[in-house]
This record gives sequence, structure tokens and C-alpha cells, in this order.
Amino acid sequence: MTEKFDVIIVGAGPAGISAAITTARAKLNTLVIERGNIPGEKNVFGGVIFRHAFEKLIQDFVKVAPLERKVIEYQYWLLTDNSCIKLIYRDSNFKDKPSGYTALRAKFDAWYAKMAEEAGAMIITRTSALKPIIKDRQVIGVETDRGEVYANIVIAADGVNSLMAKHAGLYRRRKPNQVALGVKEVIELHRTKIEEIFQLGMDEGVACLIFGGPLKGMTGGGFLYTNRDSLSLGFGALLIDIANKGKRPNKILEEFKKHPSIHPYIKDGVLKEYSAHLIPEGGYDAIPQLYTNGMLVAGDAAMFVNALEYRGTDYAVESGICAGKTAIYAHKVKDFSANTLKYYRKLLENSFVLRDLKKFRRIPHIIEKNKALFDTYPEMLRDILRIWHTVDGELGEVKIKKIQREIFSKRNPLMLIKDVVELIRGVIF
Amino acid sequence: MTKSILKKEGIPIWKSEENSKVEPKLFLARYKRDDISHLTIKDNAVCLKCTRKPCIIVCPADVYKFEEDRLIVSYDNCVECGSCFIICPYENIEFRYPRWGKGIGYRYG
Repeated sequence: MTEKFDVIIVGAGPAGISAAITTARAKLNTLVIERGNIPGEKNVFGGVIFRHAFEKLIQDFVKVAPLERKVIEYQYWLLTDNSCIKLIYRDSNFKDKPSGYTALRAKFDAWYAKMAEEAGAMIITRTSALKPIIKDRQVIGVETDRGEVYANIVIAADGVNSLMAKHAGLYRRRKPNQVALGVKEVIELHRTKIEEIFQLGMDEGVACLIFGGPLKGMTGGGFLYTNRDSLSLGFGALLIDIANKGKRPNKILEEFKKHPSIHPYIKDGVLKEYSAHLIPEGGYDAIPQLYTNGMLVAGDAAMFVNALEYRGTDYAVESGICAGKTAIYAHKVKDFSANTLKYYRKLLENSFVLRDLKKFRRIPHIIEKNKALFDTYPEMLRDILRIWHTVDGELGEVKIKKIQREIFSKRNPLMLIKDVVELIRGVIF
Repeated sequence: MTKSILKKEGIPIWKSEENSKVEPKLFLARYKRDDISHLTIKDNAVCLKCTRKPCIIVCPADVYKFEEDRLIVSYDNCVECGSCFIICPYENIEFRYPRWGKGIGYRYG
């Protein structure tokens, strides 16, 4: 295997395939290297895909893609050990114009890879890329476990643990506070049952974002998504927090499953799959150098995840498109040095990828340091509601006093104001 | 390891015994074993002096066990997430991917 291509893309996930579709449609000779037996086999995510980015490449995306359910309802659950406070937002607007769809990656990525093949890209599976081939400080190809392949440009879309970026020096060692461990179970449940318990029409779905509870004191959140015939239940928490708490990931997940507010949803279900994956949550400040002579980094490999909005796939797609466009531009000017490839960074800076991540760059630092958001506040809110709803003839004025004491014993007024200001600053400014 | 016995029918949630352990759950995924380990402990002596052993805690697939002064690596349980080498305070774990499409294969993902 010593063929030479215009572009080699490592990884057949959303970033890699988006890049492949872009370059193949521009008639560049494109090769995608994937280590799974089938694209998608090694991939895991929480469960919601946002269509806007995919629609840039595939016009009737919603009609042809193997999606599970359109999300018409978002729920926020605030858990403590024995209670649950829910905020439910359902909007009929989403029935006509949904933004997000639940999906399962094994099925979805396999289909998306076919789109790249239709566009003219070549995909080889069961092949692990080991490292880039570097000659005179220029990446000129990829060394795989089956031999060497050469190209003018290599796009590293090989995920959060990118070996390509690492060996090309485009990788900052991930710190345990920059990645979250995501663990998920797919639980089979009959579709009529799902539609009954969540009050959904056919193809309609719910996304529940869960805070506190088993993740008490850890930076992270749980999720419960409805697929066509199954539920995706899981959580993501900073790796450093899991280690410090000393709680095994499977134990945390089991605590979610046994929680009195979650168990009723899943009790009749059948566990079909247990999976785990790392999520790069370091945000803007963890992003590595994005290009070097002959190579670009996209998707998770470049840490493009917006942890605040639970978004990652659309960032991967957009960065893949930008990488593809850069490869096309480089072939036009026939120069593959970093000097030309810096165009990639410019494209990203003008897209939502770097603009959003820059905007929310403080969020990862705030939520990592301020653990009160993940234990003190859920408990405080529960105690306030508990005092208010415990009706036993106690005087209203006594209840109010109790509530005041509850708030200020856990968090003094100054801290309270500081927390609010910090959060608002993180999101707005 | 008898991962070839696939439990396609899954594990009912009410079976709390099987649900509370990781191994029965791992049997649900497709798995092809590579003959050589893709996880390497660089120096076992380093693991000996490591007091917290966070790799054992964070691994979602129970790959690491400490027995008789040795860190046992059941690499054929691995779900290839990479948590272990990132959490290792001594950078003592070398992480690669299994070769030729081997290792874990998700049906849902």
C-alpha cells in the first residue's frame, strides 16, 4: 500500500466524513482510514444530533438520515438522593422545525460514511493509523498497521485521543480536568411504551438533562434521551472528579438507574449496551495548534466540544467542512505548508466553532472550580421546597424564617451574589 | 474470556445482580480479541509506589486490578476510552488502539 492521495482523513466520524464529502465533491482524490470494522462501531455520544451543520452537506438530511426521534421537549432535572425538581419545556414549534434529533452512532455514522463514498471518497476500515509520516518537517502521509499511505494533506479526525495530532506535535496532553468520562446504557423499551410515558407522538422525542444526585459534588451531568425503541441513559463527569470521589463509573450509573425518579422509566426495559467514551470539555483554552505543514486537526481531536450546550457533533461537522475547504484551497494554490493551511484557522474563527467556544471560554473553568452548583444549590432548592410544601399547621412566618436560614446557612449572601455574577459573566460577557 | 457467547437478548433491568457488575454488561458488545495488549504498563515499580491507583477507579470496564504487587491489565475488557492513561499521575500507561479492527465494537453507540 504505497499509493498517493490528495487528501487522507484519519477517522470516519462526523468530522472526518464531513471533510471527506467536501473534498471528494471537489474531485480531490480522498482516502478515509477507519479503525473499526464498520464506521461508527467505535463511536459513542450522548444522543442528540443537531441538523443545521449536516444540512450544509446533505440537503434533505432529515428525510434520508437514520435518525431516531425529533426532540420536541427539553427537561431539566435537579436531583438529590431522594428528590427531584423538574423543569419541563415543551414547544409545538419544534414539531415543525426541530433543531435536534436523537440518534445512535453505530447506525448513523455507518450511513454518513456511505454519503462520503457516494461523493467519491474511498474508505478503508479495520485499519489503525499509527502516526503521521514526517519528512523535512512536512507531514506527507500516514503510517498504519497495514502499511504506509501518502498524501498532500492529512486531516486528523481521529477523536479525543488523537494519535495523529500527538505525533505531529498538535496535541496538548489532556489533563484530567479537561476531559469528561461519559458512560451510557441503551435500554430497550417498546416504542408505544415510550410514547405513552413521555406523552409523545410518533417520531417525537424528549431530552432530559440531569444535575446532581449520584454526581453530587462532581462537575458533570446526566442525560436521558428517547430513541425509537430504546432510551439512552448516562452521564458525563470530569475525570479528575471521578478519581477524587473514588466512585467507580458503573456504580454512578447504577445509582442513576436506581434513583426513585429515574427507575420508573426504565424498570421494564432491557439493557442492550453499556458504553463509555471521553468527552473533551476543556473548551477554548484547551484547543491545540490546529495546523502544521501538511496536516489539519478537526472534531474531538481539536477539542471542539461545547459542554455548556451539550453539543459536539455539529462542531465536528463544521470543522470537518472547514478542513475540507482548506484542503481544496491548498490544492488550488499548490502549496501545503502551514503558511497556506492557516486558512483553516481563519475559516473556523469566522464560524460558530471558534466563535462559540471563545465566547464560552470561561465556562469550563467556572464549573470545574465552583462545585456548589452541583451539590449545595440542588440541596438548597430541595430544602426550600420541602419547607414550603410541608403543611402541618406551622405558621407561615416561621416557614419563611426557616427558608431564610436555610439559604444563608449554606451560602452567605456575598457568596450567593458572587456565584450569580460569575455565571452571568461566563455566559453573557 | 468467553465473549463469543453473545447475549443479544440483553439484561432485564430488574436483574439487579447482573446490572451491578460491569462484566456481564461488557458481554453485550461485539468483541474481537487482539493477541497482544494495546495497553502497556511502562514500569510496574511505579505502580507499586503509587498509593491512590486512580486507573482502577476511573476505568469504566474494570480493566485494572492490583493483585500480589502487580497491576493486572485485562486489556480484553477495554472499551478504548483512554481514561486510564490520562488519569495516571506518572504517565506510566501507554495507550494504543487494537490492530486491524479488533477490540470493542458497538451495535448502538
